[in-house]
Amino acid sequence: MRRPFYLLFCILSCATSVALAACRGGNQTQQTAPPTQSAAPAGTGAAAPTTVDAATAATVTGKVTFTGTPPPAQQVKLSSDPYCEKANPGLKTETEVVGSDGSIGNVFVYVKDGLGNRAFPTPSEPVVLDQKGCHYTPHVMGIQIGQPLQIVNSDDTLHNVHGLAKSNKEFNQGQPIQGMKMTHTFSTKEVMIPFKCDVHGWMNAWIGVLDHPYYAVTSTDGTFSLKGLPPGTYTIEAWHEKLGTQTQTVTVGEKETKNLAFTFKA
Amino acid sequence: MVAASTAVLIFAGGLVTSTGSGLSVPDWPNTYGWFIWAFPLSKMVGGIFYEHLHRLVASTVGLLIVVLAIWLWRAEPRPWVRRLGYLALAAVVTQGILGGITVLWYLPDAVSIAHASLAQIVFCLTTTIALVTSRGWRRGYAESRIPNPESRQDTTLERIAIITTIAIYIQIVIGATMRHTGAGLAIPDFPLAFGHVIPTHWDPKIAIHFAHRAGAAAVTLLIAATSGHVLYHHRRSRELVRPAILLLVLVALQITLGALTVLSQKQFIINSLHVVNGALVLVTSLVLTLRSHRERFGGELVPAISNSAARTLRVREVRA
Repeated sequence: MRRPFYLLFCILSCATSVALAACRGGNQTQQTAPPTQSAAPAGTGAAAPTTVDAATAATVTGKVTFTGTPPPAQQVKLSSDPYCEKANPGLKTETEVVGSDGSIGNVFVYVKDGLGNRAFPTPSEPVVLDQKGCHYTPHVMGIQIGQPLQIVNSDDTLHNVHGLAKSNKEFNQGQPIQGMKMTHTFSTKEVMIPFKCDVHGWMNAWIGVLDHPYYAVTSTDGTFSLKGLPPGTYTIEAWHEKLGTQTQTVTVGEKETKNLAFTFKA
Repeated sequence: MVAASTAVLIFAGGLVTSTGSGLSVPDWPNTYGWFIWAFPLSKMVGGIFYEHLHRLVASTVGLLIVVLAIWLWRAEPRPWVRRLGYLALAAVVTQGILGGITVLWYLPDAVSIAHASLAQIVFCLTTTIALVTSRGWRRGYAESRIPNPESRQDTTLERIAIITTIAIYIQIVIGATMRHTGAGLAIPDFPLAFGHVIPTHWDPKIAIHFAHRAGAAAVTLLIAATSGHVLYHHRRSRELVRPAILLLVLVALQITLGALTVLSQKQFIINSLHVVNGALVLVTSLVLTLRSHRERFGGELVPAISNSAARTLRVREVRA
C-alpha cells in the first residue's frame, strides 16, 4: 500500500524541484536588467577610444521622403485595457509617419560601414524608453553598445518589456507598477531590435544598437544629421520598419557637409 | 468532469496562442510576482487575461487530476486503471512544467509544440479513465450486444480504429507545429493552395501548412472508413454507433473551422475552436477504439452488474 504513496511523492518532488529550478532561471533573466560598470562594449576592450578632431569633423545631413500614397495611420483599438482606452483614446499607429511633402519620420539612419577599427567611448548617460499612454516613446531610437537603456513605465497599468534581440540576449520583464524603471545594456551591435509589449499587442518599438555614435532618427520633417564624422568614405543606411532599407555611399572631407536624399517607394 | 475540464483547458491554451499572449506574463510560476490565485482580477488586462486565465484553468485541472489519482488509488480495484491515474498525474505535472519553461525560455518552438502535444495526451488519459470507470464499460455494454461471440470481436474495426486514432494524433502534432512556427497562413487561400491543388513554390512553412492540409484529407478518409464500417457492421451496437456518428459530425466541423481559420486570417476564437475541436475528434476516435477493443479487456470487473443480470439483459434484447 505504500508504493502508490511513494510514486505520488516522487512525482510531486520532481515537479517541485523543476519548478524551483525554473524560478531560479527567471531570477537570472531579471538580473540582466541592472547596468554594470563592467558592461564594456564588445571588442573595444583593447582599442583606445578614438578622438575625433572637432576642427576637421565632417557632417552628413539629408532627408528621407516617400513617394506614392502613404497608408493612413490607423486608430488603435484599446478596448482590451480600460486604462489605455481612457489614457490615450486617440492613439494611432506609428508605422508610417509621413508629412504633407512626403517626408517620412521614424527612419533610422546610421553609418553602416567606413569607420574601420575606430573605437568610440561609451556614453554613461542613459537613453530612455518610456511606456506612456500605452505606447512607446520614442518609437524608433538608437543606442551604443554598453550604454544604459532605461525603460520606464509611466502608465497606471501593467506592461511587459520584451526585447526580441537575436545577436544580443532576448529578454522579457514585467513592469506591473506605475513608475517602475529597469536598466538594460546591450553587448553586441544589432540593427534593429524589435521591442513589444505582449500585454498590449499594438505596442512596439525599435532600437538600433551600434558601436559608434553616428546615427539619427528622422523627425516628421524627414531630416537627419550625422555630425562629428572623421573625414572619409562611408556607407550610410536608412532603415524603416516596413519599407525596408536603402544605402548610399558618401565621401566627406575635412569640415565638409554633404547632403543625401533617400526616397522610399510605396 | 476532469475530462471536460481538460477540454476547457485546451481551449484556454488555444486562446493564448491565437491572441499572441504567451509572453504577456513574463514570470512563472508567479504572475507579475503575485501567487497565481492572488493575482487581482482587475489587473487581468490585454494579453494577461488569456495567459493568466490559462494558468488558473490549468492549476484547477491539475488539482482535479491529483484528486482523481488519489481517488483511483483508494477506490479502483483494477491495477491498470490505477496506473492510468498515476500516468495522468505525471503527464499533467510535466505539462505544467513545459508550460513554465516555454514562458521562461520565450516560447521556443520545440517546447511549445511539446506542450501542445502533451496536452492531447493528458486529454486522452482523462477521457480513457472516464470511459473505463463508466457503468457501460464495466458491464461490457451488455444491453446492446448480440449474444453471438463471433460478432463481438471485429479485428478489422480494431485495426482501423487504432490507425485512425494514431493518424489524428499525428495530424494534431503537425497542426501544433504549424501553429507554433507561424505557418498558419503560409498558404493564404482555401481550398486551393496559391490557386493550385499543389503549391507551385515551397518553403518550410508552406510545407508544414500543406502537410496539415494533406493530413486532414487522410484523416477524413480514415474516419469515414471507420465510421462507415461501424454503421454497416455494428449498427445495433449503440456504444460504437454513437461515437462513429459523432466522429463524422466533428470532423466535418473541424474542416469547416480549419477553412474559416485561413479565410478569417486566424480570427482568434475560430482558431481556438479549431484547436479544441481537433482534441474532441481525437478523444472521440479514442473512445471508439477502446470500445471496439472492449472484449479484449474481458470480464475483469463487473461490479455494477452481475453475470445473471447481464444474461437477462441479453435475453431481453433477443426477444425484442
